[in-house]
Amino acid sequence: MARAIAQRVAVGLAVVAGVVTLTFLLLQLAPGDPVERLLGPTASPEQIELQRRALGLDRPVPAQLAGWVGRFARGDWGRSIATGRPAREMLAAAWPATAWLVALSLALTYLGGTLIGVVQAARRGSRLDTAISIVSVTLFALPGYWLGLMLVMVFASWARVLPAFGAAGLDADYLTGWARIADQLRHLALPLATLTLIGAGGTARYARGAMLDVIAEPFVVAARARGLSPARVLVRHTLRNALVPVVTLLGLSLPALFSGAVFVEAVFAWPGVGRVLVDAVQARDYPVVMAATAVSATLVVLGNLVADGLAVWVDPRIREGGRGKGEAG
Amino acid sequence: MNGVLRDRRGQFGLVVLALALLLAGAAPLVSSGDPAGQRDVVATRFLAPGSTDAHGVFHLLGTDRLGRDVWTRLLYGARISLGVGMLAVLLSVALGTVIGALAGYGRRPVRVMLLGLTDFALALPRVVLLLLLAALWQPSAGLVIVVLGLTGWMPIARLVHGEVRALAVRPFVDAAITAGARRRRVLRRHILPNALTPVIVAAALGVGNAILLEAGLSFLGLGVQPPTPSWGNMIAGGRDTIVNAPWVATAPGVALALVVVACTLVGDAVRDAISR
Repeated sequence: MARAIAQRVAVGLAVVAGVVTLTFLLLQLAPGDPVERLLGPTASPEQIELQRRALGLDRPVPAQLAGWVGRFARGDWGRSIATGRPAREMLAAAWPATAWLVALSLALTYLGGTLIGVVQAARRGSRLDTAISIVSVTLFALPGYWLGLMLVMVFASWARVLPAFGAAGLDADYLTGWARIADQLRHLALPLATLTLIGAGGTARYARGAMLDVIAEPFVVAARARGLSPARVLVRHTLRNALVPVVTLLGLSLPALFSGAVFVEAVFAWPGVGRVLVDAVQARDYPVVMAATAVSATLVVLGNLVADGLAVWVDPRIREGGRGKGEAG
Repeated sequence: MNGVLRDRRGQFGLVVLALALLLAGAAPLVSSGDPAGQRDVVATRFLAPGSTDAHGVFHLLGTDRLGRDVWTRLLYGARISLGVGMLAVLLSVALGTVIGALAGYGRRPVRVMLLGLTDFALALPRVVLLLLLAALWQPSAGLVIVVLGLTGWMPIARLVHGEVRALAVRPFVDAAITAGARRRRVLRRHILPNALTPVIVAAALGVGNAILLEAGLSFLGLGVQPPTPSWGNMIAGGRDTIVNAPWVATAPGVALALVVVACTLVGDAVRDAISR
């Protein structure tokens, strides 16, 4: 068990290291020079040379990468070329917003999606099943930023019940206690709904399929033949086994959810890592790009580790070292 | 194929896709013919769908902030969005098939290396790479195709790898080897043709996904650049006028959702037809 965990952590670290290296190399390969951008067209060659040396850009690429890793590990993430603020400060301010959004949406997506999938499997072939299938395949196909815009149109401009963007109102600093929490929840509502609706469509599709795979298994027929109530067969025998592939998907869907969050953050001006990354990439703010990439890769890898842990918890066969069938469905 | 045609989801999906391709192909015939065409901007901007402007031109889906016809832009945008999606998936399928086949039928070191590469690439946050690649080079439709293709081959490679390994132990493969066929020939003539059916399902789903991602990149301003219309940059363009002129962003979004739903349904129908 301990060995398996250590192995997972090692793989996760390798992925983060790979992402960081790849990003670094891509930044090197890309046309355009951050120093020339920084100093503008009036800079003399000497000034450019001086600034390059000051930023360490004149050294060989492997040395630059090694230097960056060393400084990153010590907590010195460099300063934003665009704003002059320390990159670490910018990301420290941004990552909780993304983590909250993604974690809440993941929880709602999986609870809602699985529940819908179970209802559909229990009533398979009925009109309800077909209707839900149509809705979920449509939700699954909607681009997040577009659904976000539509929700803004309906709830912020027509009904005027929810704020259209940001994570807090202008007066948030003056609010205390419950009023402050209510303000935060109101700002969270639309981005969270956007991410959750899209995710739940895909999850419901998948959960329905997983349930139907298990329902056809002989042990479900046997449970029914023993005279157990339909609800018990559905929950204890079918859902329990269908959860294994669903939880496995949870880990795999994290990167997708994070991608969705990048677009949703752009629409709602949500102050998260995705927005920092998009802004930094557009401004060629290399230190911030590097730091934001490292942080987002770490968030995704951590999420995958949690999902792996959940998979073990749901499926005792994995705990036993994979001696069983391994997958149910 | 018959199974897909008999499936109602398959019928719907194929009809929508055929219609989209037909309209995109015949765009000059069924629209004003000029997606960037604008006349007197002040008089023709933000016309509601179904209205006729001062020049007597009918606008089925209205006009945008520059007085350009939304219907025309939608059709020309379909050329870009569908084309980019399909070419990107073609690239992923080609890459994924080669890597998956080599991993499935190659010798052990090759297999371990390629599978490791696939798992690693699968773990990379795709959108981060997309943002980097698209932002650092000059954004264009060609770049979007390459970027989506290079970041989308991993699921295909895994699928092909699994199929190839399952097929490699089948009697007809032994028969081909016994008959003296070389490994490369066995792979190409006997194994791969049988491994490709599930790839079609993955490709159908992949096209929908690629169209969504292209639109996403264009929405962020990192994909297809205006004035060339793509569904993503049309949505982005209609974003600021979502209150006064909601049709500008709504039309491309609905088109996008319809096409992606169609791809998903065709994929589902093909999968069910194969497993039956």
